[in-house]
Amino acid sequence: MIGLTGPAADRWIRRAAALVSADAGELTRLDAAIGDGDHGHNLDRGFAAAVAALPADAPAGRVLIAAGRALVAKTGGASGPLYGTMLRRAGRVLDDCDDPDAADLGAALRAALDGVRELGRAEEGDKTMVDALAPAVAAYAAALDGGAPLPGAARAAADAAAAGADATVPMQARKGRASYLGERSVGHLDPGAASTALVLRALAETLEG
Amino acid sequence: MVGIVIVAHSRTLAEGVAEVARAMGVGKAVVEPAGGDPDGGLGTSIVAVERAVEAASDGDAGVLLLADIGSSVLTAEMVVEDAREGTVLLADAPLVEGAVAAASMAAAGADLAAVHAAAESARDHRKRT
Repeated sequence: MIGLTGPAADRWIRRAAALVSADAGELTRLDAAIGDGDHGHNLDRGFAAAVAALPADAPAGRVLIAAGRALVAKTGGASGPLYGTMLRRAGRVLDDCDDPDAADLGAALRAALDGVRELGRAEEGDKTMVDALAPAVAAYAAALDGGAPLPGAARAAADAAAAGADATVPMQARKGRASYLGERSVGHLDPGAASTALVLRALAETLEG
Repeated sequence: MVGIVIVAHSRTLAEGVAEVARAMGVGKAVVEPAGGDPDGGLGTSIVAVERAVEAASDGDAGVLLLADIGSSVLTAEMVVEDAREGTVLLADAPLVEGAVAAASMAAAGADLAAVHAAAESARDHRKRT
């Protein structure tokens, strides 16, 4: 079964960078409501650095590790270490596979989620990017188990991430700057969950061709 | 001697805490600031933290990191993860009190575990009572 090739990983990061760049203003607006108001700008800078750091003709694992490293170095906010960990952990799993297939991508996404959870010490319901990433990882695995091809599984992950992001609106934040706001954080879409949904959408669009 | 690195969102904050900690470390403790984002604005730079760790390193004595909030903590944890096992530690401590405790202990010639413990014990130092 076909998995995430090096060129596809390259296109994924470029596509994610383009989507983040297009929505940078909206992400920053969301972050101004409950965060420190720089998420879109920071992540745009980080993904631009990730694109600039993409190695030529490298397998998917190497591509994601290089992109993750650049994101941590250039983002400047909490999203740098979190997105960097997400991509590096996924990259390491793929890097350990000879010929990564769709199941290996599922394992990579699972490792990415575990890394983000561990570093951010966040669980589902805390109103963070985990609320988009966790349902995406579960939906990918479920779609694959149900016999979906790779693009279909990636689409299921993207849709679950978008729904997960929307579900953060009524939540009260328990992590980050928003957590200091208490009940005033309720009623706002979490910017990290929103950007995570964009990154998963980029994966689906890349694999759908 | 164990080195100390102050990871903060602001260059001024990191330098100020380092200045106070050095004084409490009787001028012997090595305390390096790593403040601000990659463009010199508010934020955190892993590159600046890695440089500060290198500057604070003295042989195999190890380096203790202290961080202010949010991304500083996450970035410091990534530096710990990337370092050789047990050579760089992050203290779960209030920034100023932790830095002063760590610098005092480091200046006394203690090992990394003792400097780390001193920084974390600063949590229990009340300002009044």
